[in-house]
Amino acid sequence: MLDTHRFGLGLRKPHYADFLDGTPVAVDFVEVISENFMVEGGRPLDVLRRVRERHPVALHGVSMSLGSADGLREDYLRRLRALVDRVEPLFVSDHLSWSRIGRFNSHDLLPLPYTEEALEIVCGNVARAQDVLGRTMLLENPSSYVSFAGDIKEWEFLEAVCARTGCELLLDVNNIFVSATNHGFDPIAYLAGIPAHRVRQIHLAGHSQGRELLIDTHDTPVADAVWSLYAAALNRVGPVHTMIERDDDIPPLGELLAELDIARGIGAERARRAA
Amino acid sequence: MRLLALQQNFREWLTSEAADTAAQFGERARPGLGVYLNNYRAQLLAFLSASYPVLRAWIGDAAFESAAATHIDSVQPHAWTLDAYGLDFADTLEHLYPADPEVPELARLERDLAAAFVGLDAAPVVPADLADVDWDTALISLVPTFKLLPVTTNVGAIWSSIANGENPPSAARLPEPASLVIWRHALTPRFRTVTAEEARALRRAQEGESFASLCATLSPETAGSFLGQWLSDGLIACIRCPS
Repeated sequence: MLDTHRFGLGLRKPHYADFLDGTPVAVDFVEVISENFMVEGGRPLDVLRRVRERHPVALHGVSMSLGSADGLREDYLRRLRALVDRVEPLFVSDHLSWSRIGRFNSHDLLPLPYTEEALEIVCGNVARAQDVLGRTMLLENPSSYVSFAGDIKEWEFLEAVCARTGCELLLDVNNIFVSATNHGFDPIAYLAGIPAHRVRQIHLAGHSQGRELLIDTHDTPVADAVWSLYAAALNRVGPVHTMIERDDDIPPLGELLAELDIARGIGAERARRAA
Repeated sequence: MRLLALQQNFREWLTSEAADTAAQFGERARPGLGVYLNNYRAQLLAFLSASYPVLRAWIGDAAFESAAATHIDSVQPHAWTLDAYGLDFADTLEHLYPADPEVPELARLERDLAAAFVGLDAAPVVPADLADVDWDTALISLVPTFKLLPVTTNVGAIWSSIANGENPPSAARLPEPASLVIWRHALTPRFRTVTAEEARALRRAQEGESFASLCATLSPETAGSFLGQWLSDGLIACIRCPS
């Protein structure tokens, strides 16, 4: 079913001109960071409108803070709903993490303990977000650098959130690899544990070796080990929308499109073997 | 540990770097806590640097990073959008540079240009729209991105030179305080230095005074000149004539 396997890129500022100069760009969809377009007007929304005329757009958020113990910010949800209504996106996603508590917003994706209490809080927040947005969200597995004592594995936690709220998953294969390396779990066991039928989108990205931990930097090409894990992920979840995120040291668009061809090749190989 | 307490402790770690707070997460968490601390500070520094490129060029990289570190130490981000984090950077600079008023003024100019960049859209009035205007009752509405910024230095000239890749002039106090009018024309933020008289007229128009009322305190030549300039700038969003 190769024709149903879609491939895209995270759209970033250095490539706006490439996407708008009239020359077709060989992607099936693009993903944008929601918060960059949750503004009142001006060039960002003009760019998004013109890109949307050419490509399906997925909205990917970094500030919903679905793990906040004190709930979600209603003003944030209303702004995101306005953007959803404007864009009619392919997907709306955010992370299994928290950023804000009280009046402090770290602007980072901070780790959650995988406990029953956290599960109830995340489920309540996901349900509230889906109510305001009027649609199902995708929840992305995070990279993490600290793990807390908890009796639930991350993939079991994700499965429980999906079961209780009806949300779906954005599977970040690089994040699985980074967290598995940092916390010493088996990434194949992770793939085996996720609810495969809930996965609607896959992220691929690069990482870097820090002093003691792997860091999810998005500033390098996708690593060979992550490509291998992507092949394993496709065997598990099938041909779902796949894209590459590059947020730093962003190369010319042609390099990212060539990298996306690697994903296409892995998808084609999976389809050939499945046929 | 309950989730709320854990998140409050994590906040305490990111903002105070207190070793006893870190210890609550256990020795195994130490390397990871360092990563999150670095991410937190690096993200805010990168945001300030990207938001104030002209200011950074004016005071230099080392001074900018020192000022940003002071801001990060003293101001915690609170909004869901990072755009809100830099809004009071000029206040930090005012404390750091009491003898260099162009430094905070440059920050305020960059801040307000950035706000205009993403402000509400509005198609400006063009001369063809003026045919049926009753100037005795006309009310002028300015575009939603309009802002007046009081200045005491030649910060406008400094900004323009640096933004155009030219050598900036030395900082100098203006002979008398003035204002910069800031707005967005089409998709591009703009600014222009205005006299105290024009700033007063713009402020009164924004507050809803009729054009006839403005003209009562201006010479006919000045009123006509202001109106022509505002139309040419694209500063007027609409002219209403209450019946």
